[in-house]
Formats: sequence, structure tokens, C-alpha cells
Amino acid sequence: MAEQSDLSKMKPGTKGKVVRYLCEDECTLRLQEMGLTEGTEVEVVKQAPLGDPVEVQFRRCRLCLRRSEMQGIEVEVEGKK
Amino acid sequence: MPLATWEKTTLVGLIGNPNAGKSSIFNALTGGKAKVANYPGVTVEKMSGRFKIDDVNIEIVDIPGLYTLTAMSRDEEIAAAAIRGDSETERKANVMLIALDATNLERNLFFFSQVIELGIPIIAVLTMSDIMKRKGIEIDLAALKEKLGVPVVPVVSHKGHGIARLKEVLKEVIEKGQEPSHLRFDNIESRYQWAEQVHAETFKENPALKLRARQDQIDKWLTHRVFGLFFFLLVMYAMFQSVYTLAGPIMEKIDEGFGKLGDLVGGALRPIPWLQSLIVDGLIAGIGGVVVFLPQILILFGFVAMLEGSGYLARASFLMDKLLGWCGLNGKAFIPLLSSFACAIPGIMAARIMPDSRSRLATILVAPLMSCSARLPVYILLIGAVIEPKFGPWVAGLTLFGMHALGAIISVPIIWFLNRTVLRGKRLPFLMELPPYQWPKWREVGLAMASRAKVFLQTAGTIIVVMSIIIWGLLYFPRSAEADAMYKQEFAIRFTSQTPPEKLVTAETNFVEAKRLEDSYLGRFGKFIEPAFKPAGFDWRISTAILAAFPAREVLVSSLGIIFDLGREETEESVLLKHKVQAAKWPDGSKLLTTGTSFALMVFFALCCQCGATLAAIKRETNSWKWPIFVFVYMTSLAWIFAVVVNQAIKALGG
Repeated sequence: MAEQSDLSKMKPGTKGKVVRYLCEDECTLRLQEMGLTEGTEVEVVKQAPLGDPVEVQFRRCRLCLRRSEMQGIEVEVEGKK
Repeated sequence: MPLATWEKTTLVGLIGNPNAGKSSIFNALTGGKAKVANYPGVTVEKMSGRFKIDDVNIEIVDIPGLYTLTAMSRDEEIAAAAIRGDSETERKANVMLIALDATNLERNLFFFSQVIELGIPIIAVLTMSDIMKRKGIEIDLAALKEKLGVPVVPVVSHKGHGIARLKEVLKEVIEKGQEPSHLRFDNIESRYQWAEQVHAETFKENPALKLRARQDQIDKWLTHRVFGLFFFLLVMYAMFQSVYTLAGPIMEKIDEGFGKLGDLVGGALRPIPWLQSLIVDGLIAGIGGVVVFLPQILILFGFVAMLEGSGYLARASFLMDKLLGWCGLNGKAFIPLLSSFACAIPGIMAARIMPDSRSRLATILVAPLMSCSARLPVYILLIGAVIEPKFGPWVAGLTLFGMHALGAIISVPIIWFLNRTVLRGKRLPFLMELPPYQWPKWREVGLAMASRAKVFLQTAGTIIVVMSIIIWGLLYFPRSAEADAMYKQEFAIRFTSQTPPEKLVTAETNFVEAKRLEDSYLGRFGKFIEPAFKPAGFDWRISTAILAAFPAREVLVSSLGIIFDLGREETEESVLLKHKVQAAKWPDGSKLLTTGTSFALMVFFALCCQCGATLAAIKRETNSWKWPIFVFVYMTSLAWIFAVVVNQAIKALGG
């Protein structure tokens, strides 16, 4: 069962697919240039002990991002196995 | 170098994503001999080096790492302009070497897809392929070469593997040129589609899972919410304990050595007193004051290079980011700020680990607020002389702790404020990678230590020596035999009758020394600014001692020693100086160092930037006098306000 969510709310170990960006600014442009384009599959690998930042994996590459910067990215979360 | 040979030098630009292994390639090609300069007008550092392939002269520039040519900050714009070749100050590169990290190939290929459109001859240098090979992941190099349309050279830079081949290929491209590529793209999606396709055709399997398995195992522990934080504290403790205790004895030896050198040279120059004093108290003391920072700088940069090379620095930053991120810094600021508690000089220099010039500048601007070890003797003197006798050991300990906490606490609103005013800029996402764990490459650790030490000695060192000599001159002049005779006469009239005969000579020397200081240009200036510091409870003697401490903070204690009519031999543990501090009075007979004034003086010293070496280091690191002046002004204002408020408040409370 897929459900809609926000990338910044995903928990470590969950996977999803970027559906769309809710707003466009320099921040979101940069994330798209990093490979987080619409339709990309993304997995949250881990989070720091204080809850932020999180390491995400997409396009076989990994990157740490702050949750505040992933806000407004709509994702379709895969049901946890 | 004459222009003719310069023209013949081929300029090679070394580009790539951050962490793609550029600096290792740079070191392998140049043998580690780098020239460090700044891009004009910014704090972005420019590393260049020279090497030869047969008879071809090559200059290589390590262009700051980029993820994309779409620049959004000043730093990125400089790097992007240098790559495009439309920079006003940088020469256009003849050939580009692009580092491609095999473990993050798709993202690296996105950048490649932008650069290839510029039409500059380009060679792809594949890094980290050894890591993949060890995991049994094969890369089809022929297919990769065909897809990219440019030569591809895999290297293991720190072992020198592939470097000879890279030079061969580079020479060939320089001599024969390169067919312009026909790769063109419309948008971000099409670039990534292409990157995905290249990846699929060159890698037999999906490397991500296999490759990260070991890294994830280690990370499970090192970023664990209990063990990870514990390990982090342990590493930081080991690091600062080393900076503090390993450097301590070496610094003492350096001090001793320069002292002996001063005695030796001083003996020979005795016939000319002013020259003797200039060489011994000005020049030799000044150079000694520069060299003394070397142990801390070397040890700290050794640690930083090891942490960086092993991949742990990124984890430490990952752990601490939340704590520092909200006020505009990021996790990496932990190291420069913490090391500033030992000394702001290595701290300011360590700010180079910050990923962008805005956060780097913010770190540099608040680093001097951290209470360094040179402030300690002053706290100990005043706490011992005034606070402890009156309030007991508990308050004394608490005061010492409070003085160390004060700067750190105040730095938070300062950073917040700076980020909304002088350092305001566009909001960009904070991007960080956790690279694979590796053993640090010892050669690179050594190179990093040596290059930092060299830069410090060459640039900051010169400024520190010049400042030391200026302050020496202000303390020494004007001086004359007539004035000395007058001081001796005054001493004879006022004190001879009440001084025991066996102490007469020392007492007279001390008195003359103190009078000379009072009448020196610095002493006159101290008197001139006395009214400004009166609200804080400082008289001219305290102001002068603070001014004299400019070349080195800890000098405040010995200056107070001289100026309160004592000899030079006093240290903070001296019972006599302590008593003299307690006994010092205003001309009207009221006590000089009351509780209020003592707290005010400690607070002032905790917050002011009365340290020439710190300002010289800021000048070096920001490549501009603007920032050291800014730091001096804001910290002195802050220190003055706090000192006045503290003194008046304690006075009002009846302290």
C-alpha cells in the first residue's frame, strides 16, 4: 500500500518515490540537480542521534540533508516490508 | 617568471564534486608542493602547483569542488567562472581533469554532463575504483570511455597507481588536442537519464548495497545515539587533551629557548641599551611569540587531517549538526570552536574545514570569544587575590567556570545576529556526504600539517612580529638618562627611609621600571583613555597593562606586576603580586580592585580581542583587514559594555 507523505517526515529504513515538489526555489533546484528529481526512488538510511540531519540514498548515491530542507517534497511511501 | 615561459605553461584545471578525491590527485601530480593563495576578494582558497611531463611545463589549479555549474553562492560563482573560463582574474584552463568518484558515479556524471558542453578538452580521472574492486565490483572501463567520449584513467592517488598513465594521457591531449564532444542535454532529467544509462552499461551490478555494507556496520556504532555520542566525546577529548598537554611542554621549551637566545644576544649588545632592548624584547620576543603557536597548530592539524582522511570528521559533523545548525553554523564548526578554548589561532585556522565561506567566516568571527588558555593566568590572579578571600573556594571555582562559559554563551546570539546582518545570503541546502571509512594516508596528514604551519609562519607570523615591535617601541620610548635620574631621586625622597637596606637596590630598580612604564607612550595613552574605562572601575594602570598585553594576552599579569611597582619576575602564583593587587588604591585612597572591578576586569578580558596574534590570523584567513578590524571593534565594544554593567551592578548591590 502506497501512501502520500512528505520526504522530511520519513523514518529511517523507509523507501519512497518523489512525486512532486510543492514549491520551487533555489533550494529545491539544487536538490534536483543533486539527482532528487521527480520520479526518483529514495530511501532514508539513517538519522543523527538528535533526529537531524538524515542520510538518504537515491540513484545509488548517498547524501545527508536536513529535514527542514526536505520539506515540501511530496513522496509516495512504500509499505514497510 | 618571464612572460614567455609563462605563456608556454599549460594550465590544467582540476575539477569535480566535493569529496571526489581531487586533493589526492593534486598531491600525487605535484608531489605535494602547493602554492596557497586566495581568490581575489573572498575567503576561498586557491591551491596551485607545477609539474613537468618530459619537457611540457604544467601549472595545475585545484578548483573548489562543485556539484553543479549553476552557482548560487559567491564561492560557487568563483569556482564556476574559473571552470567556464570567463573569470576576470583567472586564466582559462587548457585542459580539465575531472575527478569522478566511482562510488557516487551518477551524481558525478551530472556535473560531467555540464562541463563537457563547455568544449574544453577533458580527461576523466576515476577515483575510488580500488574500493569497488576490493568488493568484487568490476567497472567496464572501455564502455565508460566510449560513453563519455573522453579518456578515462582510473587512479589510486595515495599509492601513485595510475598517475604515470594519467600524465601520459594528459601529455597526449595537450599535444594533439581533443575532438569536441557532441553530448548535449536539455534539462536536469535528461542529464540524469544519460547518467543512469552510463551507469547501467558500465557496472555489472548495483554497487550501492554491496559497497556500503561495511560502512553501514561501522556507522551503526559510530552514529549510534548513545555509543556514537560517547565515542565522539572520547575523540574530541583525546584531540584537545593532546593539543593542550602535548603542546604545553614543547611550548615551554620554545619559550625557554628564545629566552636563552635573548640573554645571549642581549649580553653582546649591552653597550647600546635601546638596541639591546629592541632586539631582545622586541624582535626575539616577537619571533618567539610566533613560533610558540607552532606545536598547537601542528598537533591540531594532524588530528584534523586524520579525522578528515578516515571519514570520521563527516560523522562528527553529522552527530553535532543539530546542535550548531539552528544558529547558522553546521556540525563541522565544533572542531574550530572547541580548539579555540586552547588558543584562537589554531581554531581560526581550523575553520577551513567549514564547507562554505559564509559559515567559515561566521566561525572565524566568534572563535576569539572562546576563552583561550592565555586568559587563564589573569582569571587565576584576580580570583586568588579578590574573589576567593572574600567568597571562598566554591564561588572561586564557579567564577572560573563562568568565565569560560561566558564567551561560548554570548557567541550564540552573535552568530545569530551576524547571519541576519553582515553575513546574510541566500538559503541553500546543507549537503554533506558520509564518505567510506579508510585509514588516513600518513603522507597527506604530513603535507596538511606542513602546509598549515608554513602559511601561518609566512603571513600571520610577519604581522605578529611587526606588532610586537610596535608595542615594544611604545613601551620603551621616550627614555632618557635625565628621566631615570629623576625617578631615582623621587624614590630616594619617598621610600628610602621606609625600605630595609638589603632590599633597597631591588626596590629602586622596580620603582624606576614602573615609572618608565608610566611615562612611556603606552602609559600616557593608558592615562589618556582612563576616563573611558572609569565606569568599569579601571584606572590608568589597568588600561596600560591591557594595552601592553596586545602582543600576547598572558603579558597582562607581568605588566600588572611592573606597574604595581613590582619586578618582572612575578607570576600568577606570586603571593606578593596578589597582595599588591589587593593593596592597589585610587589616588583618593579607595580600593582599586573591588569585587566589582575584579569581575569587570575578568569579563572584559574574557570578551575583548586584545590579542595581536588572533587578529593577524584572521587577516591571514580572510585575506582582508576588514574582518580583523570588525572583530576588534565588536569584541572591544562588547567587553566594555559588559565590564561597565558588571561593575556598576555589583557596586549597586553593595559589593
